[in-house]
Amino acid sequence: MTTAPTAEDALGGPHSHHIVHVDPEPDMVQLLTPEGERVENPDYPLEISDDEMASLYRDLVLVRRIDSEAVALQRQGELGLWASLLGQEGAQVGAGRALRAQDMAFPTYREHGVAWCRGVDALTLLGLFRGTNLGGWNPNDNNFNLYTIVIGAQTLHAAGYAMGIMRDGAVGTGDPDRDTAVLTFFGDGASSQGDVNEAFVWAAADNLPMVFFCQNNQWAISAPVTTQSRVPLFRRASGFGFPGIRIDGNDVLASLAVTRKALDDARSGQGPTLIEAFTYRMSAHTTSDDPSRYRVAAELETWKLRDPIARVRSYLSRHSSIGQDFFDAVDAESQAMAEHVRAGCRALPDPDPLSVFDNVHVELTEELREQRNDFARYLASVEDGSS
Amino acid sequence: MSGPITLAKAINEGLRKALEDDPKVVIMGEDVGRLGGVFRVTDGLQKDFGEQRVWDTPLAESGIIGTAVGLAIRGYRPVCEIQFDGFVYPGFDQIVSQVAKIHNRSAGALRMPITIRIPFGGGIGAVEHHSESPEVYFAHTAGLKVVACASPSDGYWMIQQAIRSDDPVIFFEPKRRYWTKGQIADEAAPFDRARIVRPGRDVTVVAYGPMVATALDSAKLAAEEGHELEVVDLRSLSPLDTATVVKSVTRTGRLVVVHEASVSHGFGAEVAARVQEKAFYSLEAPVLRVGGMDTPYPASRLEEDWLPSVDRVLDTVDRILEY
Repeated sequence: MTTAPTAEDALGGPHSHHIVHVDPEPDMVQLLTPEGERVENPDYPLEISDDEMASLYRDLVLVRRIDSEAVALQRQGELGLWASLLGQEGAQVGAGRALRAQDMAFPTYREHGVAWCRGVDALTLLGLFRGTNLGGWNPNDNNFNLYTIVIGAQTLHAAGYAMGIMRDGAVGTGDPDRDTAVLTFFGDGASSQGDVNEAFVWAAADNLPMVFFCQNNQWAISAPVTTQSRVPLFRRASGFGFPGIRIDGNDVLASLAVTRKALDDARSGQGPTLIEAFTYRMSAHTTSDDPSRYRVAAELETWKLRDPIARVRSYLSRHSSIGQDFFDAVDAESQAMAEHVRAGCRALPDPDPLSVFDNVHVELTEELREQRNDFARYLASVEDGSS
Repeated sequence: MSGPITLAKAINEGLRKALEDDPKVVIMGEDVGRLGGVFRVTDGLQKDFGEQRVWDTPLAESGIIGTAVGLAIRGYRPVCEIQFDGFVYPGFDQIVSQVAKIHNRSAGALRMPITIRIPFGGGIGAVEHHSESPEVYFAHTAGLKVVACASPSDGYWMIQQAIRSDDPVIFFEPKRRYWTKGQIADEAAPFDRARIVRPGRDVTVVAYGPMVATALDSAKLAAEEGHELEVVDLRSLSPLDTATVVKSVTRTGRLVVVHEASVSHGFGAEVAARVQEKAFYSLEAPVLRVGGMDTPYPASRLEEDWLPSVDRVLDTVDRILEY
């Protein structure tokens, strides 16, 4: 029996979706090769001094150290969970350093590198993972929103915030201290969420001053990116009516330059951009996950050769006047950071059981006060009984 | 305001007042701008306040609520219209997981002064998904305030109170009463208090939203048979003014709860539980509930049978008096 060829045949047969890979050789913006060589890109010219490069190196090392210390704290039982950013430092530090003070960032729960760039103390992030609070920081202190765990939900918050910026007249005035943009993060898995696609719709329809920063780390827990999409994720943007671009997500310079340009466009009233940072989740989804059940070690080995930190160090060693003293100082600072995180984590106080009633509403309602009093009476009775 | 106006007009006037009083108040939803909403509740507001204050959103409820969250973080006071009760579910996650929890998640740093208006309930001969009563989903969610207006006066005042609230409010509007006229009171009643809308000594009938009128009609007929029903309009479902209900039941000894929503796991169960806890020895009979059947909302030709009616309320009153 013969039938007319179908679209599936063209892609390699009816079961091909199990083996088709999304653009295995992506055409992406890269300004620093894995070997540490600068690449010029006429669309994204980047003047960067040795000191600025060294500063990015410091960011990358410290962020990785915060992350590895948090993983260790989880293994020691000090944290209930941790979502490691290992391998994604370049994408996050580049994007984080592209922000201006007045810009607002809307993270997922893995943007520890962006948090660092916004000046958020690493200890602030730990409460959520230790279980001493649910986040608990004020997003307006550092223009860094709370971690959002429901996948993709924050992209709509970012769109709404951008609508507020427009209504405040803080777009396209030409005043670099006034014009404001929003940078929202999400992952390859989130690209399938309705909320992310609705955020695309809103951003396009209202020409919102926002940048969508998708870290495609190839895995949504155990699901490869091929489960989410048949087309490279950055191409999604064109269907919504705004530009999309793919960058080498392990290249901090590409992330910095492309995000900076996209944020500039947003602030000046030219609307949204989608950036797909092509990277790799070098660790597990979280400390509760076991990637050996679903991916092969060889993949990890390939990506190790594209490490975001090694290439910056290589560049600095070979092409700059930055000397060993600097690297030694960063190592010492990194060690001090680890101790800060470790000691600070253990010192985070357990909350008072009655604090569950705080901040449910702006003011405690009468019925909650009654419930609180009952609970307090019970707690006191248990305490009395045990003493 | 002189002379009686409809509930739809009263809410419209309340929204207008809120827009005048606070430049951070914005109204967003499907067809709320030029059309003025499918029920005309936002009629004329875009014309008078402009597209930056009152605007038509893309057609996606999660997007409406999710962008309201971002606007609130930026310092705005969004009022979202969900066009019909049955269309709130695509926005459910944003309401339950974000709107309700962000104040708590931020340890009080952020406030979510968002009002979500939902025309609810049946009785208008509509197609599926246009006649539902989803209030309990929200009343069950910590962090939300849930209210239902029943009269033009409450529509006018309560919408302003909801918008001024620094807590998120789910604001239910009884769509089949949109065209009922009433006088607007000179001042607002407390936002979170129930109101005795008809005093009586024999049976307490608790209702809210569209069922308040049904309960009052029932009380009128019962009076002709010599039974005095005390009708309580809850107004606020969460928090619930338990004290007013308990006080009434302490006098009457009998409680009937009426709502359109399906009875099982419904709001009546919560009222009954609280009353038996606080007024156990005052009860002369078990608490009885009158509500929708535990079925999907029926095709409109059957809705008058399905919905609690004056006859069904009176039938239940007879049973509770015979006990």
